[in-house]
Amino acid sequence: MAASTHLSAGDIEELGEELDRLRAEVLASRGEDDARYIRRVIAAQRGLEAGGRLVMLASLLPPAWLAGTAMLTLAKILENMEIGHNVLHGQWDWMRDPQIHSTTWEWDSASPAAQWKYSHNYVHHTYTNVLGRDRDLGYSMLRVTPEQPWHPIYLAQPLYNLALAVVFEWGIALYDVEIEKAWRREKDLGETLNHLGSALMKVFRQGRKDYVVFPLLAGPAFLPVLLGNLTANISRNIWAHTIIFCGHFPGGTRTFTEEEIEGESRAEWYLRQLLGSANINGPAVLHLLSGNLSHQIEHHLFPDLPSNRYAQIAPQVRDLCERFGLPYTTGSLPRQTANVWRRILRLALPGATRPTAGETSSEPVTST
Amino acid sequence: MLGIRGLLGAVADTMTCPLRPDDYWAIINPLWSRRELSGRVAKIIPETSDTSTVVVRPGRGWRGGLAGQHVSVGVSIECVWHRRTFSLSSPPGRPDGLIALTVKARPDGLVSRHIVHGLRPGQILRLGHPSGRFVLPDAPPARLLFVTAGSGITPVMSMLRHLAEGGAMPDVFLAHSARNASEVIFGAELRRMAARFPTMSLYEHHTRPTDGRPVARLTMAGLSAICTDLPERLAWVCGPRGMIDDAESYWRESGIGDRLVTERFHPVTFPGGQGGRVRFARSSRETTVSGDTSLLIAGEDAGVIMPSGCRMGVCHSCLAPLVRGQVRNLRTGEEHGIPGDLIPTCVSAPARDVDIDL
Repeated sequence: MAASTHLSAGDIEELGEELDRLRAEVLASRGEDDARYIRRVIAAQRGLEAGGRLVMLASLLPPAWLAGTAMLTLAKILENMEIGHNVLHGQWDWMRDPQIHSTTWEWDSASPAAQWKYSHNYVHHTYTNVLGRDRDLGYSMLRVTPEQPWHPIYLAQPLYNLALAVVFEWGIALYDVEIEKAWRREKDLGETLNHLGSALMKVFRQGRKDYVVFPLLAGPAFLPVLLGNLTANISRNIWAHTIIFCGHFPGGTRTFTEEEIEGESRAEWYLRQLLGSANINGPAVLHLLSGNLSHQIEHHLFPDLPSNRYAQIAPQVRDLCERFGLPYTTGSLPRQTANVWRRILRLALPGATRPTAGETSSEPVTST
Repeated sequence: MLGIRGLLGAVADTMTCPLRPDDYWAIINPLWSRRELSGRVAKIIPETSDTSTVVVRPGRGWRGGLAGQHVSVGVSIECVWHRRTFSLSSPPGRPDGLIALTVKARPDGLVSRHIVHGLRPGQILRLGHPSGRFVLPDAPPARLLFVTAGSGITPVMSMLRHLAEGGAMPDVFLAHSARNASEVIFGAELRRMAARFPTMSLYEHHTRPTDGRPVARLTMAGLSAICTDLPERLAWVCGPRGMIDDAESYWRESGIGDRLVTERFHPVTFPGGQGGRVRFARSSRETTVSGDTSLLIAGEDAGVIMPSGCRMGVCHSCLAPLVRGQVRNLRTGEEHGIPGDLIPTCVSAPARDVDIDL
């Protein structure tokens, strides 16, 4: 059964064919330019990281601290967003380069690549915005859609969402272990403990690097370097949290029920991805630093196409939305962020209604 | 000293975790990475119309090898990496530190054609370590026989160059078969060598001479009439399937099977399994292939990073544990399926559905 919209079954199939065609076009034209792009981003990221850490060794001088911390923050953001997330999606597997491949990659994030790939690539990207199936819908701790029954705990959600932003990577690592599923006996306890162990090991190794080894190397600058690294990690956490929350939670995005996705066709899956995702518009640097999750709609339609191509196909996806009378939700970063927070605040309280089922909301295609 | 180096290495590892220090070095120069052994093309030397020698500067971590061994080579063709195995034609330990691979472009060979016609100096290749048992013994025997055809001369060239390094040559008989004189890879060098060393005999067998009628293939029976002390020589044979089969049966029937070393470019195959679904457990990839498709090819086509080496069931670089299912060994036709078995993926095909721990 399809997510209900004004579209007929034939319309949906046609939309699916158009999107398949778009995907095939990109697949057929992948090549030199794309390969050069990802290699350059990786080289820039590693250079920025090495440079940032080097500059920070002199961080007894405040300008060096500031410059080093800024460089390291940028490097860490690139590493997680444009490189790690996208490599782990298999966007670059077509190059068959063991050095840039979803099956061999490990990233500078607390969550081990293998666990993250399962909970993100499989669970979230397959069951996007399906209540009860997509664990990313509120990350098992937030009420982000009125369909989630209210509980007094949600009164505190504005506060703990702020806290989550600060510790985002550790939150995700813990979340990927799926402890609540083990609690409900839906996941084997031994397996859960195994996952917890490898996540803790990863956290330990990442922490040892940023909070022990590099500060020690800095000698007298031990404390400034430690604080610089902490600042870089927290800044990245807040950035990642902001970008990711803008992907599915702003107004205009739809949620779905398990009944709606029963027997869903590929075209219907496309439609759900389209209705459940929101873009962020802005300059090229925003797209780069968001790992092109600013093109969340294109990413959710085609999670394994190289991220540098999303900007290129975005106008075509938008045209399709217009043609089929579907919303193409997008807005500036401040606007979308405000939108998300408004929702977090509103849904902290009981009640609230928002058309999440039934007809497509009549929101027009938001203009850039 | 080792303790200090080891300690420094461990500290460097903690600094770059989850990457390795080599991942950063490789950005500056791919040759500095030990993690992904690379080489830079220094020179391309055309040998014949369809064969070239690629001279390569190997990167840090190159361990060298023995004369006659082959090496796995990765090349990027339109930004997609492909791995194949080629014999080294250079002797081990050249003073300039370079190595040479000699490659014949096969008409349907994507990789070999690219190496011969598309590669340029300065480009980067990925390298494996040399392996293979087509080598000389530690103390070369007094009398040797080499029988080669076409590009089968390549590993033997490495041996001959190695043998000639000391300025002397043991008693060597080389029988080489090619279409005609100009198609003999290393023809000029071989003829010079034979002229320089009285202890070396060169017999060229041309099947399509430019100035005459086609000649029958070189057979071991025919060769025994030319090289009369053939049974007393330790023999190395490298060439197409027919030649190897002929040599193996000739030496076996003469009761001197232990005096023969062969190198095949293609495995003897026994297809016939029904094929099935192949699941690569760790990569979460799945594909369905026929009973004569190797697990290696199936994996590569499905986008799995497959370890590989000789691609003919000799070097064991491609071994991977079987999780469950039944595989058929394409070299022996034997079927087996004990979970945990190490499967040579390059010469194993799915007999039925198979799960591999890759």
